[in-house]
Amino acid sequence: MLNSLFQSRQFGLLVLALIIIVLPFGLQNDFHYDIAIQMGLIAATVVGLNLLVGFAGQISLGHAAFFGVGAYMSAILTGTYGWSPIPVLLFAAVVVGIIAFVVGRPILRLKGHYLSMATLAVGFIIYIIINNERRITGGPDGISVPSLSIFGAELNVFNDYQILGMTLSGTFLWYVLAGVLLLLAVWIAQNIIDSPIGRALRSVHGSEVAARVVGVDTARFKSLVFVISAVYASIMGSFYAHYTGFITPQIASFEHSIVLITMVVLGGMASTLGVILGVVVLKLLPQVLADFQELEMMMFGLILMLTMIFMPKGLLPTLQGLARKYLRKKPEEGV
Amino acid sequence: MLAEFLQYLFTGITIGATYALVALGFTLIYNASHVINFAQGEFLMIGGMATVSLMGMGLPMPIAIILAVILAGILGVALQRLAIAPARQASVVTLIIITIGASIFIRGVAQLVWGKEYHVMPSFGSDQPVRIGGAVMHSQSIWVLLIASILVVLLVLFFTRTLIGKAILATSMNKDAARLVGIRTQLVLMLAFMLSALIGSMAGIAVAPITFTSYDIGIMLGLKGFVAAAMGGLGSGVGAVVGGITLGIVEAMTAGYISSDYKDAVAFSMILLVLFFMPRGMFGSRVVERV
Repeated sequence: MLNSLFQSRQFGLLVLALIIIVLPFGLQNDFHYDIAIQMGLIAATVVGLNLLVGFAGQISLGHAAFFGVGAYMSAILTGTYGWSPIPVLLFAAVVVGIIAFVVGRPILRLKGHYLSMATLAVGFIIYIIINNERRITGGPDGISVPSLSIFGAELNVFNDYQILGMTLSGTFLWYVLAGVLLLLAVWIAQNIIDSPIGRALRSVHGSEVAARVVGVDTARFKSLVFVISAVYASIMGSFYAHYTGFITPQIASFEHSIVLITMVVLGGMASTLGVILGVVVLKLLPQVLADFQELEMMMFGLILMLTMIFMPKGLLPTLQGLARKYLRKKPEEGV
Repeated sequence: MLAEFLQYLFTGITIGATYALVALGFTLIYNASHVINFAQGEFLMIGGMATVSLMGMGLPMPIAIILAVILAGILGVALQRLAIAPARQASVVTLIIITIGASIFIRGVAQLVWGKEYHVMPSFGSDQPVRIGGAVMHSQSIWVLLIASILVVLLVLFFTRTLIGKAILATSMNKDAARLVGIRTQLVLMLAFMLSALIGSMAGIAVAPITFTSYDIGIMLGLKGFVAAAMGGLGSGVGAVVGGITLGIVEAMTAGYISSDYKDAVAFSMILLVLFFMPRGMFGSRVVERV
């Protein structure tokens, strides 16, 4: 009974919701909130990427580019052309979806390292364009982004808002928004996983040939999940741009793509809560390591390497395995 | 006109030879272990940086180079023993992250030891530029081409004439069968990483006088080498060399005639085009997938 509750997907969503509600009691200043908000937005991106990497078993080393295109379209269309943020966000998502569909079809035919190479190449090309088209994107110096406004109401981290007689800071409202977005992202992802699409994807992960033999149109499902994960990245990129108010091409770079996929693998592929844990760890680690100054980079690489060597399945699945062994609720089995 | 073209061509072949050596490093490791080693570029960095700092300690250049190459070789073996071997059961993505972790670690150490600034290495020979048909070449370019050619010939001889070379080839074709005939595959893996590190460091040392060197040059050189290897077809030695030279020439032509801002974009567009039409690269083997 208790066991089945632990296993159910609603349980994970509930745990996440509780954490998001309780967390503000531990956040002491705007800096803490800032990290939490960034974690929320990046986590939602990574939950989308996990659909592709964790469930469909496809590698993407260029996902930050989609995040970057979303962010830059929001920055340019709202900033330079004065469009309204939410329609721009949706428009950007559609554009990114189309880009992902067009490049995804030929790319996803490739396997293993050739697929990593191709996604890396697509990501790099997009990054180079953003970096070089100075007149439109501002080039390496970056570009400022207007704050988010919904139906004319502007959401700015520097303002205070009167809601139901309470004075709430813009930062707190952004925290709420990021929390809601993350929950929504997880909820949608879980519905996809539990749908026939999800089953088809997992069969692709298991054995693509076997999946094709039983009649799964693997090419269609692979490009579908590629588009979905790209749209996730684009939407979160747009929100991220509006939140930080200033973006540089760095957010579309290869390094950022690596960070995103590392979050998936480090936390635990195919585990939605796992990848969120991956985001938390990778976002907190630099804060902790900042004290080591010159040693920071070395220690970051070392921790990354050691974790993956000794926990190849990722943090959360390994911890769960240990807990299960300890509680002896269930005999150990490969999932 | 012609002089200009020759200039770009020579520049392209020089940098292409470097890419080819990096791609050969990828190929060696890929053949032996099916791992793409994202730390490959760091071998080049270690080669160049170690040579510069050893020369700074007053060692003559040839000694400094030999020591730097040995250092890189040890690093290659350490990488295989300490990071790749313990993770034998890990998935492809996990292995990618491990080698990326290793590359960040190596870069971190290099930054700690040598700082963030660029270091200059003197040319092997004279500093006089060489003129060929109106084109002006860095004298070091000749060295790069010479070293790359010698290394390629040596590699060919190694794989066709020596028992160890054949053992590596056998392991890459079928690991279990190789073990059955008495090849110590663990040793072969170690050897492949060592060789790859040796080649990488020599390439790094050879180009350092042209490009300068710093703790982070390995990232882009490594990625370009990966592009070259994938373009030629992972696992193919010929492919790595052809891929490297092609990439170098196309890049130099783009930088010269079109725009230097977009020369990297051309490299990546080219690999996409190749993969669209030849999903296993130009010289990649046709593999029948077993279920």
